[in-house]
Amino acid sequence: MENKQLVTPGEVITEGMDYLPGDGTYRDGSNIRAALMGLAQTRDRLVKVIPLSGRYMPKKEDPVIGVVKEVRYSNWVLDINAPYDAVMMVGEAVDRFIDLKKDKLTNYFSVGDAVICRILHIDEGMSVMVTARGPGLRKLTDGQILDIAPSKIPRIIGKGASMVKMIKEYTGTRVFVGQNGRIWLQGGNEELTIRVIKKIEAEAHKAGLTDEIQKLLESEGNGNKA
Amino acid sequence: MRLIKMIDKITIKRIEDLLKDGKRLDGRKLDEFREVKVETGVVTKAEGSAIVTIGKSRVIAGVKIGLGKPFPDTPASGVLMTGAEMTAWSNNEFETGPPSPAAIELARVVDRAIREAKIIDLDKLVIEVGEKIWMVFVDIYTMNADGNLFDAAALAAMAALSTAKMPIYKDDEVIRDNLKTNLPTNGKVVSTTYIGIDGKLLVDPTMIEEKALNARLTVGIKDGNIVSLQKGGKGGFTDEEVETILDGALKHSKKLLKALK
Amino acid sequence: METKPDYLIKGGKRLDGRKLADWREISIKTGVIENADGSAQVDFGKTKVIAAVYGPRELHPRHLVMSDRALVRAKYDMLSFSVEDRKRPGPGRREHEISKVTAEALSSVVLTEKFPRAVIDVFVTVIQADASTRITGLNAASIALADAGIPMKGLVVGVTFGKIYDEKGKGYMAVDVFKPEDQWGQADIAYAKSYNDNKVVLLQMDGDVTKEEFLKGKEMADKAMEYTYKEMVKALKGKYEVD
Repeated sequence: MENKQLVTPGEVITEGMDYLPGDGTYRDGSNIRAALMGLAQTRDRLVKVIPLSGRYMPKKEDPVIGVVKEVRYSNWVLDINAPYDAVMMVGEAVDRFIDLKKDKLTNYFSVGDAVICRILHIDEGMSVMVTARGPGLRKLTDGQILDIAPSKIPRIIGKGASMVKMIKEYTGTRVFVGQNGRIWLQGGNEELTIRVIKKIEAEAHKAGLTDEIQKLLESEGNGNKA
Repeated sequence: MRLIKMIDKITIKRIEDLLKDGKRLDGRKLDEFREVKVETGVVTKAEGSAIVTIGKSRVIAGVKIGLGKPFPDTPASGVLMTGAEMTAWSNNEFETGPPSPAAIELARVVDRAIREAKIIDLDKLVIEVGEKIWMVFVDIYTMNADGNLFDAAALAAMAALSTAKMPIYKDDEVIRDNLKTNLPTNGKVVSTTYIGIDGKLLVDPTMIEEKALNARLTVGIKDGNIVSLQKGGKGGFTDEEVETILDGALKHSKKLLKALK
Repeated sequence: METKPDYLIKGGKRLDGRKLADWREISIKTGVIENADGSAQVDFGKTKVIAAVYGPRELHPRHLVMSDRALVRAKYDMLSFSVEDRKRPGPGRREHEISKVTAEALSSVVLTEKFPRAVIDVFVTVIQADASTRITGLNAASIALADAGIPMKGLVVGVTFGKIYDEKGKGYMAVDVFKPEDQWGQADIAYAKSYNDNKVVLLQMDGDVTKEEFLKGKEMADKAMEYTYKEMVKALKGKYEVD
């Protein structure tokens, strides 16, 4: 059984050299202290702090929703709701070859376009590259985007994607959850989908949330899976 | 590099599609105001102060009254000065530095409503004609910006003014302890803002709606009369639309006046 | 207060009734600015300050960018009506100096190397001033940073102390000065530490004290600091406590 404890930056989580400092912690002499406001968790010998707030930090392979903010000669700059903008090179936009001499990049993506993309690469200087090539990756043309706190995304997805699957089943809404806090949804009972997502965001730290959400979906979604 | 966080195309499309059905992104009706809250006396160092919340928009206004010299052309009149700052801490898009054109417009629109509605009895703010008068400074700061700052700022300024107390001038000194006398004011002015998108009009826009907007009209109303107008934004209104907005503003002004009490 | 009072302490009581080692009532709220990544309002008596944190985010202008870490940028300002005599809007020399020392104090705890090239913007705004505004602001900023999920070694916490006189002109060290003490007392000291490694990260004084007096006041302030720290932690955790 894991033990979660609310901590603030600087708080000592474990004493002694038996433990290893993981994400959101640091070693200070023989102590491991929290480097974040969050929930401290010790699993095996690894101590980490799960953040309760904070901006999205891009990680390789993360699916995210970007919005094109600038079109350059051979690439696009995307806002990915992170401390850093992302660049999509011309070869990463579509599967076919784009000839820069004949084709304009704005024919593919222009300013304001929302794109489901994947983080391809990040270097040490935090230059972030994304791709729109791959299964499920594409420009969005309808539906809507909901912005939620990126730290709450794991709760929206649930263990083994159980939460998002359940939402989709009951509401009939198409949902794509970007790791960067942007959620795309379209069709079905969108109003209920939005309400449920906002509830999870607001109550992410509560225990027994999955059951509560299921009850809400059952009663509001007419008790039927769509 | 653009600092302005831009609105994505599908959100604009969604706003437009909803409008066709008379709906809005936040679930409101087109002619529905967000919840309005007015708290006065929030800063005791000020002669008058108020925080106004409209939905997620929140502004603070404060009144300071100090000694000054009258303008040469109005020797027997006090002076009203209105300032506004769209603070960099109220939204990730506003920047630090000198007031932006948008902040100056905000201050001037609020100023015009108060001035033209003759809310303050400037004639009563004279200590010595041509020499010594009271200057009334109204300063407005955005605390959390989510659209319709015009109406929030006007309401906050009005609430601060109507609860403001006069300092006492005695033996060349200004006394500000335990003030009892109110700043002399006449009635109350409130403003209502509409924006228009694709022939549809909506009141009290959120920031995201303002970004998708074509045109904006702010109407200042006192005692059922129009005392100030400010058209902003690109695009225009038809004659019928202007009339509809005036009717709507007259209706909403009654509710806003209630919130002031 | 326009004229110098005959005393700032008499019969062991300060002008607002406090004893020398007493601090004013402290009230802390987090998440007060919804648009910000993190925020807090801290009140020390009638001094009320709001801090809002935005970031880490892209840094402009480019020449400020540091390739190996984030810049912590602070902007301290006062509302024009937060003080007795209206302050002209916009920061002056005093505000720029306070911004600088605030940013430096916070930089000592923020793990800036986690965010190369970015900026963490901290806005400190005095809503109502009754002395100790920079320290109240620093406390608010520290809480706002934690509320924003910014990685930091620990919290920064500060308290002011000063030297006040009795009816015979004798000086005493006092904790958490308020306006008349700041204005008329013999010394006013802003003092802050990074709490868990116990290092002084901000120290400013004007006035005139002996070394012994300084150390005495500092010791008194340390006790107030401990209490303030506990209140800060309580406010941060309170947001998430399940009832």
